[in-house]
Amino acid sequence: MRTLRTAATAALIASLAACGGATSGAGEESEPSAGPKGTVNLAINPWVGYEANAAVIAHLLEKELGYTVEKKELKEEIAWQGFETGEVDAIVENWGHADLKKTYIEQKKVAVDVGPTGNKGTIGWYVPQWMVDEHPDITDWNNLNKYAALFKTSESKGKGQFLAGDPSFVTNDAALVKNLKLDYTVVYSGSEAAIIKAAQQASAQKKPLLFYFYEPQWLFAKEKYVRVKLPAYKTGCDADPKKVACDYPDYVLDKIASKKFADANSTAYQLIKNFTWTNDDQNLVSDYITNQGMTPEKAAEKWAAEHEATWKPWIR
Amino acid sequence: MTPMIEVADLWKVFGPRPERVVGSPLADLSRAELRERTGCVIAVRGVSFDVRPGEVFVVMGLSGSGKSTLVRCLTRLIEPTSGEIGIGGEPVRAMNPSRLRELRRRRVAMVFQHFGLLPHRSVLDNVAYGLEIQGRSRAERHRRAGETLALVGLEGHENQYPDQLSGGMQQRVGLARALATDPEVLLFDEPFSALDPLIRRDMQAEVRRLHGEVGKTLVFITHDLSEALSLGDRIAVLRDGALVQVGTPEELVGAPADSYVADFVRDVPRSDVLTLRWIMREPAPGERCEDEPLSQHTVIRDAVHRVLRAERPIPVVDGVRRVGVIDADRLLPALIGHHRQVPA
Amino acid sequence: MTATVPPPALRSGRVTPTAGEVAAVGRRRRPWRRLWAVVLGVVTVAAYVVFRTEGATEDGDAAAFRFFDGVRDWVDANRDSSPVFLYGINYVRLGVRLLVDAVQAALSGLGFAGLVAAITGLGVVLAGWRTGLLALGGFLAFAVLGLWEQSVDTLVLTVSAVLLSVAIGVPLGVLAARVRWVGAALRPVLDVMQILPTFAYLAPMTLLFLIGEPAAVIATMIYAVPATIRITALGIGEVSPSAVEAATALGSTRWQLLRKVRLPMARPTIVLAVNQTIMLALSMVVITALIDAPGLGQNIVSALQRVNVGAAFDAGLAIVILAVVLDRITTNAARRVRRSLSIRGGIGVGIAVVAAAFIPLGSADLPAYSFAAPVNDAVGWIELHWYDVTEGLKNGISAGVLDPLETVLVTSPWWLFVAAVAAFGTLISGWRAAAVAAPAAAGLAGLGLWQHSMQTLATVLVAIVLTMLIGVATGVVCARHDRLATALRPVLDAAQTMPSFVYLLPAVALFGASRFTAIVAAVIFAVPPVVRLVERGLRDVPPAVVEAARSAGSTPRQLLWKVQLPMARGGLLLAANQGIVMVLAMVVVGGLVGAGALGYDVVAGFSQRELFGQGLAAGLAIVLLGIVLDRLTQGFHDSKGPRR
Repeated sequence: MRTLRTAATAALIASLAACGGATSGAGEESEPSAGPKGTVNLAINPWVGYEANAAVIAHLLEKELGYTVEKKELKEEIAWQGFETGEVDAIVENWGHADLKKTYIEQKKVAVDVGPTGNKGTIGWYVPQWMVDEHPDITDWNNLNKYAALFKTSESKGKGQFLAGDPSFVTNDAALVKNLKLDYTVVYSGSEAAIIKAAQQASAQKKPLLFYFYEPQWLFAKEKYVRVKLPAYKTGCDADPKKVACDYPDYVLDKIASKKFADANSTAYQLIKNFTWTNDDQNLVSDYITNQGMTPEKAAEKWAAEHEATWKPWIR
Repeated sequence: MTPMIEVADLWKVFGPRPERVVGSPLADLSRAELRERTGCVIAVRGVSFDVRPGEVFVVMGLSGSGKSTLVRCLTRLIEPTSGEIGIGGEPVRAMNPSRLRELRRRRVAMVFQHFGLLPHRSVLDNVAYGLEIQGRSRAERHRRAGETLALVGLEGHENQYPDQLSGGMQQRVGLARALATDPEVLLFDEPFSALDPLIRRDMQAEVRRLHGEVGKTLVFITHDLSEALSLGDRIAVLRDGALVQVGTPEELVGAPADSYVADFVRDVPRSDVLTLRWIMREPAPGERCEDEPLSQHTVIRDAVHRVLRAERPIPVVDGVRRVGVIDADRLLPALIGHHRQVPA
Repeated sequence: MTATVPPPALRSGRVTPTAGEVAAVGRRRRPWRRLWAVVLGVVTVAAYVVFRTEGATEDGDAAAFRFFDGVRDWVDANRDSSPVFLYGINYVRLGVRLLVDAVQAALSGLGFAGLVAAITGLGVVLAGWRTGLLALGGFLAFAVLGLWEQSVDTLVLTVSAVLLSVAIGVPLGVLAARVRWVGAALRPVLDVMQILPTFAYLAPMTLLFLIGEPAAVIATMIYAVPATIRITALGIGEVSPSAVEAATALGSTRWQLLRKVRLPMARPTIVLAVNQTIMLALSMVVITALIDAPGLGQNIVSALQRVNVGAAFDAGLAIVILAVVLDRITTNAARRVRRSLSIRGGIGVGIAVVAAAFIPLGSADLPAYSFAAPVNDAVGWIELHWYDVTEGLKNGISAGVLDPLETVLVTSPWWLFVAAVAAFGTLISGWRAAAVAAPAAAGLAGLGLWQHSMQTLATVLVAIVLTMLIGVATGVVCARHDRLATALRPVLDAAQTMPSFVYLLPAVALFGASRFTAIVAAVIFAVPPVVRLVERGLRDVPPAVVEAARSAGSTPRQLLWKVQLPMARGGLLLAANQGIVMVLAMVVVGGLVGAGALGYDVVAGFSQRELFGQGLAAGLAIVLLGIVLDRLTQGFHDSKGPRR
C-alpha cells in the first residue's frame, strides 16, 4: 500500500510541477480511506475516556468491517490540524472547541461535525469528599481564599495550588483564578493520569487537593469528589478566554471527521456517524483499561461481546 | 640545443601585496626588517637558470632557503610573484588553467618528500592515478601502471595499500606514479630525506639507473650535498632565496663562488669530486710521458692507482688533444688536502 | 588526533577544544579578575536591593505574542495561495513525504525476516560478525517486545532524516572546509543550532510544514545536521596536504581532487559524521511524536500521559537497542571503510536478504515478553515505601533553594539582569561573548516572558549545580578506580543514547508533577557526559606530574585537590558548558510534566490555538536563554574567542 502511495505521490509531484503549486493537502489523499479493507486514521486524544470511544470504534472497524485502523496519539489542537493534512480521518470525542470548528469546518472546510457521541461532558473544579466533610463551605468559590493555605505545595509559590491537567485540555483555570481574584497558582500536572493519581492520593491519605476534573470519568465510580460551585455559566460568558469568570458549560461531546472521509461515505464513516453510547458505557471501558489491566483492544473486545445490542445498530 | 626548462628572474614573495616588494628597495631589507615593515617574506629572489634536456639539475640549499618553493613555482603549484618560466619552450606563466593542467598531466611529474600517496587506493591505483584523471581506460592505465611498477622493482605489490609498504617502497610507488604518465620532466622535492641512510643510497642508485634507462630531464631538490654531488650534472646552490652558484659538482668543489659555498663543500673529499683537469700541470718542455693518456674528466681518486704506479707523468687529454700532464707530486696534495680540512 | 577516534567533544556533536588545550588557557589567570568579580558582585547585590521590583506578572498579551499570532493567521490563510507555500514550502513537504514513503516502502517491503536479514547482513559486511550478531539479536528483540512496527517506523524516520542530513550536511561541510567565507558564515549559525533545545522549534515546524512525518523529518534534520556539517568539515580539513599537492601536481581538476582525493581520504571521518547524525536524529525522532510522527515516540508519549513507567521502559529499551545497533554498525564501519568493501560479500548478503524476504516468518511468531509489569511493580513499591523521602527531597530543594533563587531572579529589574550578564560575561568570557549574551538577555525582556524566563533560569541553575556536584564526584571516583570506570562505561553509553524524553518518566513517577521532576530528569540526562568529560580531564593530567606530586609525599586527597583537579580545570569547565546546554533542553521538556514556565508555554502553544503566539515567543525565549548561558560558560574554557 505504501508503495502504491509512493508512486501516487511521485506522480502527483510530477503533475504539480508541470502545472503549478502544491497545496497543503497535496499528496495525502491517495491512501484509500474509503471502501473495504481501507485504513482509517483515528486521533487518540490524551484521556482514557476518549481512548475508550476510540478502542470500541477501532475494534468494530477492524473485526466487523475489515478496516485497518491507525491510532495516532495526538493532542486535541494537533489532531484538528490533521484534518487539513489528511493525517487524521476522525476525532471521536470532541469537547466544544468552537474556535477550531470555526477554523476547520467553516473556514477551511476540511472537517465536518458528525453528531454527538451520546456522552454528556462536564468540566469543573473538584475537592475530595473528606474536605467537604471537614469544611462544608469549601464548595463555594467565595470561600476558596479562606482555605488557600491548606492547598499550599512546593509548586504554588506561597499560594494555594490548583492542579490542572494536560496543557492541551480545554481550560479557563488561569483566567478564572485571575478574574475571581483567587489566591491560587495553577500547576499543570501534564496528564489525566497525573491528576487521577493526585486525586486518589488525596482521598487515600487525606491530603488537601483542589483540581480540574471532568465527566465522564471512571474514577467517580470509585471515589467521591465534590464539585466546587463557581459563578454559574451563562451563554457567552466564556466568549473571551482572557475574561472568563464563570463556571464551565455542560458539553455535548461530539465526533468530527475529515471532509474527505465524510464525502467518501464509507461504511467506516457510517459507523462513526452512528456511534452513540452512554457515560456508563464509556466509564465501563475506561475502567477495563485503567484498572483491570486490559489493553484498549482487549477492553473493547470484552465490551463488544457483552453489549452486542448496543453496537449492532451502528453497523447497517 | 634549446633548454628544457628556462627560468628568468623568478620571484616569490609571501604576504600581503607581494608584487610591491619585487625589484623595489624593499627587497634589499633584511628578512626581519621586511617582515616588520610589510609582513612579507621573500622565498625566491630573482632566480634564473636553464636546464638542458636529459640533464640532472640539482637545487641545493639549507632548509628555508626557498628550494621547495622554487620547484613548486615551476608548475605553479605555488604561483610565482614575478619572472618567467619556460618548459619545452612554452611560457608557463601565460598558461590558462586547462593548459596548465595539461602540462602537469603529460609533461612534468613530481615526486614528493612525504610521498603524497592516497591511502585509500591500492598501489596499482595510486600509480594509475595520473592516467585515470587523464581519462584513460581502466585496462590501459592498469597495464601501464603495472609496467611502471616493474620498472621500479615493485612487481607483486600491486594490490597492497601504501601503509603496508616500507618508506622506501612507498617512495618507489611515488616514483612510479610520476613515471607512469611518461613525462618529459621529473621534479623531485627532497624525495629521499625521509628515508633511512641505507635505503636512501639504494634509491639514489635507482634514480641514476632510471635516468640512464629513460633519459628524462630531472630537477632534483635536496639539502644533502653528497646526494647532490652524486646525482647532479649541475648543481644550483640556493641561499635565502637567491642563487649563489650554478655549476658542475667539480666547479663547486674546485672553485666555490663564495664562502657560503666553500663552507658547504668544505668536508667533501676533493679527490672524489675533482677531476684531473683541476690538478694537471703544463708538461715541462721535452718531458717524457707515459703512452696511455688519462681523460681530463677522470675523477682524481680513480687515477690514483695508475699515477702512483707510473714511472713517468701521465698525459691528460681532452678527447685526443693533450691538455696537460699529471704526476704523483700533483696528485698527493689533492688527496691529503682533504684530510687537512677535516674539522677537529 | 587521528580521524578514526572521535574526541568526546565530537561525540556530543559539538566541536570544542580538548581538555588539554583548554587547561593551557585556563592557567593564565589574570590577578585582577578576582578583584573585579568581587566588586561586580557587590555592585550587583546592592543594585538588586535598591531596585528590586514586585516581579510583574505575565499578562499573556505581549506585542510579541500578537505578532506571532498574526504570523500564524497569515500562514493559515495563505497556505494554499501564497507562492511561497505553493511553489516552495509545500513542495519541500511533498518531497520529504516522498522520501519517507520510499524508505518506508523499501524497509517494509522486505518483510520481517527480510529486514532482520538485511540489517544483520549490513552489520556483517560493514562491521564484522559480532556486530552482525548484535544487529540480529537487537532486531529480534523489537519483535519480542511487541514493538516491531513502531521500531520500524522510528527507523524509517531516522533513516529519512539522516539521508536528508547527509545530502545537505556533507556538501555544506565540504564547502565550509574549502571556502573560507562559507565556513565563517556557517559557524555562528551552527553554534545557535546546537544550543536550540529540541522543543523550541516543533511549533514553527508545524506552522510551516503542518503535522506529520515531513515536519518530523525536517525538525529532526535541523537538529542533526550541524553535527554532519561540522564533522565533515573537520574531516575534509584534516586531509593530508601532501596527498592533495601530489594529486594537483599530476594535473587533477578541483572536482577530481574533491572526488578522488579529499572525499575518499575524509571518508572515515564522514562515516563518523553519519554516526553522530544517526544518534542525534534518533533522539529527536522520538520527540517528534508530539507532532504526529509515528513510531516508538508515540509509545513514550502515551506512557507519559498514562504515567505508565513500565510501558515506557519497553519503548525506551527498544530505542536504546536501535541506537546501539546503528552506532556499532557505523562506528565499526568507520574503522573498516578504508578499503573498498568486498563486492562478493555484498552480493552474497543481498541474495540472503532476498531469500529471507520470502521466509514466511512474522514478527508475531516470536515469543513475546514485556518488562512493563515488573517495572511497574518496582515503581509502585518505591512510590509506596519511599514516599516520605521523595516528598521531603522535593519540598526541601524547592523551598530551600529553588524558590529563593526564583524570587531573586524574578524580582530583579530586567535591565539589572542584562547589565549583570554584560559585566560578568565580559569578565568570564570576554567582551565578544558578552556582546552576544547581553542583547540576548535583553531580548528575553522584549518578548514579554520575563517572569517565565527567570523561573526557567532558576530551575536550570539549580539543576546544573546538582549535575556538576554529582557528575564531578562520579567522574573523580571513576578516574581513580579503573574497575568502576569499566563497569560504568556501558551504563553511560546507554544513558547517552537514550532520548531526553525517556528520562521524564521515572522522574514523574517518583516526584509527581513539579519543577523538581524536571530537575531530576535534567540531572539524569546531563550527568553522563559530565562524568565522561571530568574523568577524561583527570586522566589527561600527565602521569609525570602525578608521579612528582606522589614522590613529594602527597596524600591521595592532596593529590586530588592540589594537583589533579586544578590541572583538569579545563575539562571541568567544558563539562559545565556542555552540561548547562543539556540541562536547559531537559528543563524545557519538563514543561510536559508540570515544570511550568517557558516549557509549559511551548507545550501549551502547540496544543492551544489561542496560546500559539505565546508558545512561539517562549520558544524564542528558550533559544535566547540558551545563547546567554552558552556564551557565558563558553568563556570558562575559551577566553579568547573561537580558537582554531
